[in-house]
Amino acid sequence: MNGHLLSIHDVSAEEIVRILDTAESFREVGTRVIKKVPALRGRTVVNLFYENSTRTRISFELAAKRLSADVINFSTSGSSVSKGESLKDTALTLQAMGADAIVIRHSSSGAPFTLTRWVKGSVLNAGDGTHEHPTQALLDLYTMRDRLGRLEGLRVAIVGDVLHSRVARSLSFALVKMGAEVTLVGPPTLIPPDAPAWGVQVSHHIGAVLPKLDVCYMLRVQRERQRQQYFPSVREYARLFGLSRERAGMLPDGALVMHPGPMNRGVEIDSDVADLPQAVIEEQVTNGIAVRMSLLYLLLGGSGSQAGGSADEVGAVRLPEEVATGV
Amino acid sequence: MDESEVRRSITRIAHEIIERNKGAEGVVLVGIAARGDDLARRLAAEIGRIEGRAVPVGALDITFYRDDIGIRAEAPEVHETRIDFDINGWTVVLVDDVLFTGRTIRSALDALVDFGRPTAIQLAVLVDRGHRELPIRADFVGKNVPTRRDEDVRVALREVDGEDAVLVDDPLTSEPGTNRPGTEGMRA
Repeated sequence: MNGHLLSIHDVSAEEIVRILDTAESFREVGTRVIKKVPALRGRTVVNLFYENSTRTRISFELAAKRLSADVINFSTSGSSVSKGESLKDTALTLQAMGADAIVIRHSSSGAPFTLTRWVKGSVLNAGDGTHEHPTQALLDLYTMRDRLGRLEGLRVAIVGDVLHSRVARSLSFALVKMGAEVTLVGPPTLIPPDAPAWGVQVSHHIGAVLPKLDVCYMLRVQRERQRQQYFPSVREYARLFGLSRERAGMLPDGALVMHPGPMNRGVEIDSDVADLPQAVIEEQVTNGIAVRMSLLYLLLGGSGSQAGGSADEVGAVRLPEEVATGV
Repeated sequence: MDESEVRRSITRIAHEIIERNKGAEGVVLVGIAARGDDLARRLAAEIGRIEGRAVPVGALDITFYRDDIGIRAEAPEVHETRIDFDINGWTVVLVDDVLFTGRTIRSALDALVDFGRPTAIQLAVLVDRGHRELPIRADFVGKNVPTRRDEDVRVALREVDGEDAVLVDDPLTSEPGTNRPGTEGMRA
């Protein structure tokens, strides 16, 4: 991961497996009476959110707190940003205060990458513009693997406003990397023209895709990012691409319905479909904490110097070297 | 130690645990991953055989409680923790393969009290090799093995390694990583 998590392209398939396996242990921590371990005691994690967020910010905050790190939440309103402070000066200030990790959400694609040039700590991308949202993709992978037992060969449709969705991009890249078959479904205006280069299929007919799926992943229609009219009306969109009760019935038994939230009930997903047992939307949220704990632990749990042994040497079997160092 | 010595040690420790606790009632075993959890399962089976009643057994991963996180280059790999019973009011016997500096046990004590407040915590180890860095001692010891600090003690178990053995590797005579026949290590 190279000290940061900016994009799914930063992580190999092998690293994804390690992130998900480690998250497994953190999910167990989440079931305990005391849902906290001292792994990152004394570390400081800053949540730097230039865009509104409920679940991602709270999820990162909980993840860091359950690792015993100190968490500082920073949002643009009520901070020096509203006085006109630039991203660079904000970053340098946080750096001067000793932040070990900065979790950033920004409306400009590439802002997290730019941040890495100014700060020494780890940068985690919590969503940048229409670029990527890698932690969402990883928690979705975790949920799919947990429920369906594998990622390779899974048939996943990502339905809706792919053009504006950083979730769709990260998730497509991650699923393709893990050997899943991805189909993007939506009106031609909302499918990015370069989509075929991602290694995915494209379809404009949800009904043709549904019967062959393991996972139906619904995207939120991001009206705040749409600068022009991409479809005639919300009602028409809902009729053509929304997951109605009837359409959900076309899914094979055992197939999952997923959504990154927040949902527009009645637009991309019918209210009663979101509450079906195969809809694992709340599970995604719960798993998100464990996956973000895993990422923070893997990024901050080492000294950062790559001088020592590889991961394998301190790994599953307690090798002599590990005995010699004590624990 | 070879297969039969390991077996005899486990049998003896099982008896000692029963004797010390006046039976196996109120006793649970928690093994420290990796290897300690396998040993704990064997001890539990042995105690169950002697006493005719099953003893709850769990596995504990101490990675998140280590005192060297951030000192090592990479975050240590994590194992499974599985304690699906309440430890409040029980006597917990912690089980590990090798007792060395005592730092693993310190971490395990921290981890364990996050699960509840046991009546007592006892410690059982297959090998005590000395060189403690903390005021910690074992209640039940399979074998005391005098070692030099720079030597490596390896416990192999059937469940993970295919055979039971305790080996002491001398870094001066056998280079770690090489696998020449005959330098497999002295049997402890």
